[in-house]
Amino acid sequence: MTRKQRRMTIIGGSLAVLALAAALVLNALRDSIVFFSTPTMVAEKHVQPGKRFRLGGLVQPGSLQRGDNLAVTFEVADGSAKLPVAYKGILPDLFREGQGVVAEGALDANGVFKADTVLAKHDETYMPKDVADALKKQGHWKDDYGAQASDKASGGAKPSGDAKPATTAQGNSQGAVR
Amino acid sequence: MIAEAGHYALVLALALALIQSFVPVIGARLRDPALMNVARSTALAQLLFVGASFIALVTLHVNSDFSVANVYENSHSMKPLIYKITGVWGNHEGSMLLWVSILALFGGLVAAFGNNLPLSLRAHVLSVQAWIASAFYLFILITSNPFLRIANPPIEGRDLNPVLQDIGLAVHPPMLYLGYVGFSISFSFAIAALIEGRIDAAWARWVRPWTLVAWIFLTLGIAMGSYWAYYELGWGGWWFWDPVENASLMPWLAGTALLHSALVMEKRNALKVWTILLSILTFSLSLLGTFLVRSGVITSVHAFANDPTRGVFILLILCLFIGGSLSLFAGRATSLKQGGLFAPISREGALVLNNLLLTVACAVVLFGTLYPLAMEVLADFKMSVGAPFYNLTFVPLFALLLLAVPFGPMLAWKRGDLLGVTQRLLAAGVAGLVVVAIVWAWTRGGSALAPLAIGLGVFVIAGVVTDIVERTGLFRLPFATALHRARGLPRSAWGTAFAHAGLGIALIGIVCETTWNSEYIATMKPNDVAQVAGYDLKLDGLLERQGPNYREMVAQFNVSRGGEALSVMTPSKRSFTTRGASTTEAALLTRGASQLYISLGDVTAEGAIAVRIYHKPFVLLIWWGPVLMAFGGMLSLSDRRLRVGAPKPARAKQRLQPAE
Repeated sequence: MTRKQRRMTIIGGSLAVLALAAALVLNALRDSIVFFSTPTMVAEKHVQPGKRFRLGGLVQPGSLQRGDNLAVTFEVADGSAKLPVAYKGILPDLFREGQGVVAEGALDANGVFKADTVLAKHDETYMPKDVADALKKQGHWKDDYGAQASDKASGGAKPSGDAKPATTAQGNSQGAVR
Repeated sequence: MIAEAGHYALVLALALALIQSFVPVIGARLRDPALMNVARSTALAQLLFVGASFIALVTLHVNSDFSVANVYENSHSMKPLIYKITGVWGNHEGSMLLWVSILALFGGLVAAFGNNLPLSLRAHVLSVQAWIASAFYLFILITSNPFLRIANPPIEGRDLNPVLQDIGLAVHPPMLYLGYVGFSISFSFAIAALIEGRIDAAWARWVRPWTLVAWIFLTLGIAMGSYWAYYELGWGGWWFWDPVENASLMPWLAGTALLHSALVMEKRNALKVWTILLSILTFSLSLLGTFLVRSGVITSVHAFANDPTRGVFILLILCLFIGGSLSLFAGRATSLKQGGLFAPISREGALVLNNLLLTVACAVVLFGTLYPLAMEVLADFKMSVGAPFYNLTFVPLFALLLLAVPFGPMLAWKRGDLLGVTQRLLAAGVAGLVVVAIVWAWTRGGSALAPLAIGLGVFVIAGVVTDIVERTGLFRLPFATALHRARGLPRSAWGTAFAHAGLGIALIGIVCETTWNSEYIATMKPNDVAQVAGYDLKLDGLLERQGPNYREMVAQFNVSRGGEALSVMTPSKRSFTTRGASTTEAALLTRGASQLYISLGDVTAEGAIAVRIYHKPFVLLIWWGPVLMAFGGMLSLSDRRLRVGAPKPARAKQRLQPAE
């Protein structure tokens, strides 16, 4: 084999592996991507039952109902629309009424969102970033949600102005515990 | 006083780094040994000052000096001592200080143990280290200074995020950073080689031990982080394909590729350009990981845009170093001389295939991590790329890689005999197929792919055994001769064997856990019994306890199997008053390589408690695998041919050729 042939073999092999990877990625992108929606977006877009997506919003105060055997129902709201959610299992530590939540699942035929995962992966502001962004976009953002986040972000730079927002944020988080 | 001293030490470290950035390079230009040797002293002095700065921050945390903003925000006077110390790097500012401390540590190590390097190469390497260090010192001093004071000091701190109050924080971030930042050395060596325009097999010999050290720590760091998530987060998952995890996996994949290509370069003087590129890419991915984790861009592009100072600063560093090094590479790479020839079917060919699959797998992870971000910025809609995506892309690529793993070490250099190797691996292949058949027949449920994947794991392990048997002549030669030969095998061969076997073991653990794990979720009252995977778990009762800075509710479970009492498990739920947050402390019972896992939910009005019980078969293999890989790495590192400064063994005559 000449040097050129050897090089062509290696280049050919590389291209084959790259093509394989590209094919795998394109195939995976077709059906394994989960989109994020708020109740308003669900209402506007008429999402098909059975299509998986992530639902984000605030847990409507007073809507949480516990049934038998760890079944729970609650409503997720974003200020202009509400969507009932059914879940079976243990809710995460940080799940609270009036606070942000992200649930993953699909709508059933009756328009109830059957969640198989309820996510609690968010920071100490009790507001998942996805939800905060969606609410901000729709103008339902209340400043006290962001107090601690912005305080934390600017904390390093402006320590003198730090004491006050910190106390309100702390009061906020303790109030959230009840 | 301590805070100011720490701050000042950091500024001095920056000054030293700036000197180290320029003086040695000028010295190398002028061929002035005195100027080049400045690098050694400044690197050691830098380590001293950054170390002092880091110790100052630790002291402030231990003393609970709440007049310092960083301590106030992340500590509490009632916090146990160990978490006061680990809390130092449980926040942005402190973790960046740890980052530069480790960078200085690696620079100091090169300065202290790099006596056998050519003078100009050492000067260049340390200068490049200092460029990185200067950028990050500036970043800390300008945007994330941990030593800032508060004008009116509060009496009590806001406590550390409870999830981080765990021994995992003591080990995981330092390990991970030792890995991440350790790759800066191979990066600096690559840049130094490009600046000097000269590179040979000796270069690979100097770089490989450093890459290996970084790789060992990164392997352990990732495994440790995964185990920490598994027991701390309370849902029994050990890998979430979360962008933060991907940020550590990508340098690992590229670093693993680098280890293998450096091997080709060291042994055969081939793949030089590619090895240099990989060194640059590996550390670039480490920087990218730092950017993703530290700028907040992952959680939301908008959060990043709201407070862009830090993110933009790291992005600038990222662009400067990646862009600069790649341009240098583009300009200089063609002038590097071509190395040894090899046929496509050969040890080199196998290592090229390894590199291809690893880098492509890495690219897939990179795509999955960045695609949602790009879509959010460009198309303004949100989505998440999770496990289903990686199962369809990363997993097949890795399966191919594992299939090729046993062939690699058995092929000869230059020109290999694939047919012969296949014949010799026949026994290993049969062992794999037999296991597939047994698993198929004995287990119920689960994917049809699971037995095949376990068979693949067994094939990898059996392939390793075959290789060792072949090399030692066991069964072929008298036992004493085989033993003698085994002792004579280079340690790096044993290292390869252990690392590859670790891969197979981890694969078996992953498949068993995901396929046959059983879950039991219910509300239980005292004296209720849960039956999971043949175990009976009786809830004895609930009790309240007071910890140092939390209250906890403990549930006591009596575990028995077939009427025989085994153990008591006590999962708990802690509530931390200062932050108003609660954590779930799972209880684990280890039985061989399998584990029982209990975590608690909420207490209902009737005094029952929600309980989640898992039986996870062979779950520990998932972490034993990486530990074995790291052990293999250490064995390879202890190989005398690789040891820095080891006396010259007789047979390796071309070792450490003088560079000029």
